[in-house]
Amino acid sequence: MTDYKMHLLICGGTGCKASESDEIKNRLNQLIGDLGLADEVQVVLTGCFGFCEKGPIIKVLPDNTFYVQVTPNDVVEIVEEHIVKGRPVKRLLYTDPNSAEQISDSKGMDFYKKQIRIALKNCGFINPENIDEYIARDGYQALGKCLSELTPEEVIKEVKDSGLRGRGGGGFPTGLKWEITKNVENDQKYVVCNADEGDPGAFMDRSILEGDPHSVLEAMAICGYCIGADKGLVYIRAEYPLAIQRLKIAIKQAEEYGLIGDDILGTGFNFHIELRYGAGAFVCGEETALIHSMEGLRGEPTFKPPFPSVSGYMGKPTNVNNVETFANIPVILNKGAEWFSKIGTEKSKGTKVFALAGKINNVGLIEVPMGTTLREVIYDIGGGIKDGKEFKAVQTGGPSGGCLTKDSLDIPIDYDNLLASGSMMGSGGMIVMDESDCMVSIAKFYLDFTLEESCGKCTPCRVGNKRLYELLDKITQGKGEEQDIEKLKDLSVVIKDTALCGLGQTSPNPVLSTISNFEHEYKAHVHDGKCPAGQCKSLLRYDIVEDLCTGCTLCFRNCPVGAISGERRAPHFIDQTLCIKCGVCFEKCKFNAITLT
Amino acid sequence: MTKIKSLADLRKMKEEAQSKIKLRENSTNPDQVVQVKVGMATCGIASGAKDTMKYFVEELEQEAIDAVVTQTGCMGYCYAEPTVEVKLPGKEPLVYGHVNKEKVHEIIDKYIKRGELVDGIIPVSFKTIDD
Repeated sequence: MTDYKMHLLICGGTGCKASESDEIKNRLNQLIGDLGLADEVQVVLTGCFGFCEKGPIIKVLPDNTFYVQVTPNDVVEIVEEHIVKGRPVKRLLYTDPNSAEQISDSKGMDFYKKQIRIALKNCGFINPENIDEYIARDGYQALGKCLSELTPEEVIKEVKDSGLRGRGGGGFPTGLKWEITKNVENDQKYVVCNADEGDPGAFMDRSILEGDPHSVLEAMAICGYCIGADKGLVYIRAEYPLAIQRLKIAIKQAEEYGLIGDDILGTGFNFHIELRYGAGAFVCGEETALIHSMEGLRGEPTFKPPFPSVSGYMGKPTNVNNVETFANIPVILNKGAEWFSKIGTEKSKGTKVFALAGKINNVGLIEVPMGTTLREVIYDIGGGIKDGKEFKAVQTGGPSGGCLTKDSLDIPIDYDNLLASGSMMGSGGMIVMDESDCMVSIAKFYLDFTLEESCGKCTPCRVGNKRLYELLDKITQGKGEEQDIEKLKDLSVVIKDTALCGLGQTSPNPVLSTISNFEHEYKAHVHDGKCPAGQCKSLLRYDIVEDLCTGCTLCFRNCPVGAISGERRAPHFIDQTLCIKCGVCFEKCKFNAITLT
Repeated sequence: MTKIKSLADLRKMKEEAQSKIKLRENSTNPDQVVQVKVGMATCGIASGAKDTMKYFVEELEQEAIDAVVTQTGCMGYCYAEPTVEVKLPGKEPLVYGHVNKEKVHEIIDKYIKRGELVDGIIPVSFKTIDD
């Protein structure tokens, strides 16, 4: 066996791959080979480190050096300086934006300090395409223990005691779901993993599957043992090619080791896993629609009950859990329900993975204990708002959720607190907005998304959301009328009450939540014809102040549509009929002679 | 690949697999394990620091001692190369000079395993900006 003296971990998530991490890996391997160090230095492509803002990331062990934003051109320097001579390449270290100090060890970074990684424990640590590295990290031990030493009832009790709730957004107790499916008598049952991650901005499921696919496979087998199923299906969207590829490799390796298949570990338990591809429809994340899609039918939801636990895939009892939920299971069974239930709040145990996006400094994937406040997530881990702007709101729960304002920054995040404050956990997307974001436009953006994704089966969702969108569009155009805000509210409530599935029942949430938190902004659009955030172009007007204009012609030369006219050294004018409100003149003017109203 | 036939087999396999990523596990908590830094500048390499590092890695592995062996730049004691800094958990680091194969054995056997000081310590005679 080769004893490597140094390990180089390179992020191989989709984000960093897009920034050429494959090329970096190839060049590293080549250079290390050329220097005759291939027996001493191991180059490993891992899953996502989470710090996507500064990718691609390379971590050098044993000295724990964390390099950010590495390009293929940096490889020579890293090898010659760090690997050969032992001198870290200072210019590639992370610089703390507050203290301006360079931090070489990731443990010193604010981004990682408050995180507890359970679902992401192997992401960025192991090679997801090597089952041995997963086994080295307690992989398949939980499955082995369950099959050899515990009864299904004991396992279910452990999961129930842990307090784990569904991480896909619903928050239904996982152990209870397993118990219900177990108690339904049938000759055939199924375990389904919901990997149809559809919320805009959420990518935790993808990262788990890309970085630690075996954890999900192991948990599915455990679930199969508990409920009495011998078949598992992963429903994954075809837009996740890397996750699919890694899952396929993982399934093949687990089958070769006999950890999936017939007579697992000599216990007589059989469990097979297959993949099913989705075409990327948002509604297929809803479990009944997901099941129909797997059956080859249209991805449309049906009324519940019957719940999938009773009649699901092919009419058989089916247990559907989300990727992140499954990823928690092996850890819970290895470390014990008591250990797990000590983390988090009274009713929400454990951790939650959040995808930070929007106007925040550290865009990325984080895992924090339930009960962490929004302030800690946004300011401590997320590094605050971009460009030093003012925080305005954060959208949680995707298109089904709502926005939370400054007033909610200090509530501990868990399922119940988020619901109480008018939003929801959802799958864990967090889109941060600053003062320059118009809340009416945000609501319109989400409605545009649900409109696109509505399956069209029920009228409230198909027609109602369209009308909501039209009203919002009218308001952003400056054509809003007094009664429109009330109309929006009424229609929203009706859609919520009458739509068939979760998609329609929650689609008006962004509208209701922006109205309740930012009604003044809606009113400004309707009454004053103004967009306070300066985003709705139809409501903007650029003018040149005659006294301040020096006639430097800078705006004239930069206007893309020729809307500005005037003689050199004389005041210029904007032709409002031609102006497209792009704001270029406003940015270019050196004399503050252009006003925005 | 052969199939894993029982939980006992799986556990045995885990132990084997663990040694391959032990370096990563230990590096995550370097303060809790023995840390060895080998001076690996041009002078060090010329005096055999590469072999010294190899001996450390091999012998610590053989003795099943959890340790992080890293290379570092020139420590300045070029007259005494190869130089090695050894830090036991919770103790002040010590620097040894002229570390050849026999010395590696002696350091591991006496200092790392039993905490007895070994000849060849280079006294720290300077201050750093952190002091």
